[in-house]
Amino acid sequence: MIAELGLAALWLATALAGLQLLGGVLGQRESGADLAALVRPAAVMQALLCAFAFGTLVLLFARTDLSVALVAQNSHSEKPLIFKIAGPWGNHEGSMLLWITVMSLAGGLIALVERRLPEKTLLATLAAQAFVGLGFYAFLLVSSNPFERLDPAPAQGLGLNPLLQDIGLAMHPPTLYCGYVGLSVAFSFAVGALLTRQVTPDFARVIRPWVLGAWIFLTLGITAGSYWAYYELGWGGWWFWDPTENASLMPWLAATALLHSVSVLAARDALRTWTILLGVVAFSMSMVGTFLVRSGVVTSVHAFAVDPQRGTFILVLLTIYIGGALVLFATRAGTIAEGERFTVMSREGALVINNVALSALLGIVLLGTLYPLLTEAFGVKVSVGPPYFNPVGAVFLMPMLAVLAVGPLLRWRRDSFARIRLPVLAAFAVGLAVLLGMWLIAGMALLPLLGMAMAAVVGIGSVLPLLGRSLRRLPLATLGMVVAHFGVAVALFGMAADSAFSIEKLVAARQGDTTEVGPWRVTLASVEPVAGPNWTALEARLSASYRGGAPSEIKPQARSFWAPPQQTSESALLTRWNGQLYTVIGGEADGDRWQLRLWWKPFVTWIWYGGALIALGGLLALIGRLRTDLKRRTVRARVAARRMEAVA
Amino acid sequence: MNALKPKHQRLVLLSVALVALIGAAVLGIWAVRNQASYFYAPSDLAANPPAPGQAVRLGGMVEQGSLKTRPDGVTVDFVVGDGKARVPVVFAGIVPDLFVEGSGVVAEGSLRPDGTFAATDLLAKHDENYMPRELADMTEAQKREAIAETE
Repeated sequence: MIAELGLAALWLATALAGLQLLGGVLGQRESGADLAALVRPAAVMQALLCAFAFGTLVLLFARTDLSVALVAQNSHSEKPLIFKIAGPWGNHEGSMLLWITVMSLAGGLIALVERRLPEKTLLATLAAQAFVGLGFYAFLLVSSNPFERLDPAPAQGLGLNPLLQDIGLAMHPPTLYCGYVGLSVAFSFAVGALLTRQVTPDFARVIRPWVLGAWIFLTLGITAGSYWAYYELGWGGWWFWDPTENASLMPWLAATALLHSVSVLAARDALRTWTILLGVVAFSMSMVGTFLVRSGVVTSVHAFAVDPQRGTFILVLLTIYIGGALVLFATRAGTIAEGERFTVMSREGALVINNVALSALLGIVLLGTLYPLLTEAFGVKVSVGPPYFNPVGAVFLMPMLAVLAVGPLLRWRRDSFARIRLPVLAAFAVGLAVLLGMWLIAGMALLPLLGMAMAAVVGIGSVLPLLGRSLRRLPLATLGMVVAHFGVAVALFGMAADSAFSIEKLVAARQGDTTEVGPWRVTLASVEPVAGPNWTALEARLSASYRGGAPSEIKPQARSFWAPPQQTSESALLTRWNGQLYTVIGGEADGDRWQLRLWWKPFVTWIWYGGALIALGGLLALIGRLRTDLKRRTVRARVAARRMEAVA
Repeated sequence: MNALKPKHQRLVLLSVALVALIGAAVLGIWAVRNQASYFYAPSDLAANPPAPGQAVRLGGMVEQGSLKTRPDGVTVDFVVGDGKARVPVVFAGIVPDLFVEGSGVVAEGSLRPDGTFAATDLLAKHDENYMPRELADMTEAQKREAIAETE
């Protein structure tokens, strides 16, 4: 009964999306005023219905209702409750329902609160939102119904992939979806603005919180995903240039560019067409990402079920939305008046260079990700990895970082380099000193060396805008920018330090053997069998001491799950402020020896601290912007109220 | 540069952007062709060996009885075959859980001058749903043939 209620709510929501589209389109004319009045309520109702449908699916998973096919295929009654509740998005159908739920919630929110745009632009935006939504509803109802029944119900479910039974990972899909959906909102606004030819600073102010929010979620998603891959896969690496990782990186690059160009449009009314184009590109990258990971064209833990029909469906949706938006852009872009002008040496100029570099990076990642698919069409199998991405990416990343250190110091519209020469030269001098010092002392390879030097330049450059300003009077948005840029420096330092100074040891150890890895001495005390709720494991008891200090015990495991049968290795980490000891136990080498893999990774954690700082910077900026918006809103309301009094 | 008229300033930015993006495209296409790591079956490797040291992927079946662990306990030697050719492989590290004789494997690494394949990573079938793409494409008949040949 619960499943049927959920399905009914989903059908109703679909009908409302249709109404929303119709009203939004017909409402553009005077004759459609009646229908136009229905658009906002339809969007709100649709959000409530979707949330209800999603709630029913969560309930079905929590109760392990095995008569529902999706639950039977992906859950198991012996699974811990928290993973049962997270179950709905650990599979294709449920995650698509989550996507559409988040999207309709965003639509409902816009319909409830957004009053700054001309009403027709808003109607066009909600119509675009409904149009995108309808594609996903069709996808759900036709080829991925999450509420399908199974008759007869099986006695037990098949379980969830053990690699996914992790609390960090339970939060991973919702985070990324919030990011993707935020970009879909920016896309709808861009389409609405194009349709009604209203590309104004107001438009930029309206989409800015959505872009910021999406960008924060994407940043968190990528950071968390990277840490998950690092400790869960047991390979000691934090980024593999895997297609699924690239699928989240590409929307992030586009969103980062969009975020900066939206700021220019909001503050200076420049870069109008470019901002619109980025709005389209950013959502396109989300769709390309979804297509890559969900269609099964690349294999990974994300490709839940390889089903060509679904891949085709997403590809068709992608073509309609992106193709349609680009055609609209091509026909309308010429009619958008040129924005305000500016000189090269200005804040806008620096942001344009940032946007160009980000676009180039995006293109490079896209090419490297799609190239294996292209060659496979001609029967040649290749894989593209770090030897391509690292050096080619660095060619564009380095100049972008140099501009990042300088740009925030420049004034809008027109500035002279002479004014900021001193602090900028100082920052680059420090960078050069780091470069030479590290090269002479540590003899690092080129890329980590450049990364280390650039981290110094960006680290100094990012806090320079605070010089001579009172911290108390500093706008929150500016503080957010400083924090985020500083986070880039922190992350970059972590990456460079990890790739330059990591030490790896691979040994077959007897009980009592001691291995030295960097400043650590690691002793294998014993190997014991242990058991968890749905697994058994071999657990190594290691005692590790840093530079002869007091030893700490850590316990890496080699786990065997039985539902579904699979083995994973659980690494064990010892974290210090200056790095991590990373340990993995392999198999039995021979009678009495065990394989151990140990790494000392100096400053590796700074990569994720940096990622968290970047997201925190975004959050500060978002709060700052929303507060300003609220103030403006109250002022407007007060002015309107006074006018009413004056009339009375 | 500030002496330039605003319109020229716009042109400067546009040309910088254009040059950078075209540069990115050219560099990207050149690099991706050079740096992509190609997939080889043992018979391809025998017929048309890549330059020693070049990163490639080798995929095939682990021959029965060929898997040996060296005295250090962490280095393994084995032979990967496809029924037509055999390639000796050496790997130091923790082998994947489902890496066993008679099953498929994809080894990432490079060919040594002596004809041994030095693997830096081994990808074995992870579970029912997750296996290296190259292995998924191998038909059941090919697999049986490869196993039969090596027995």
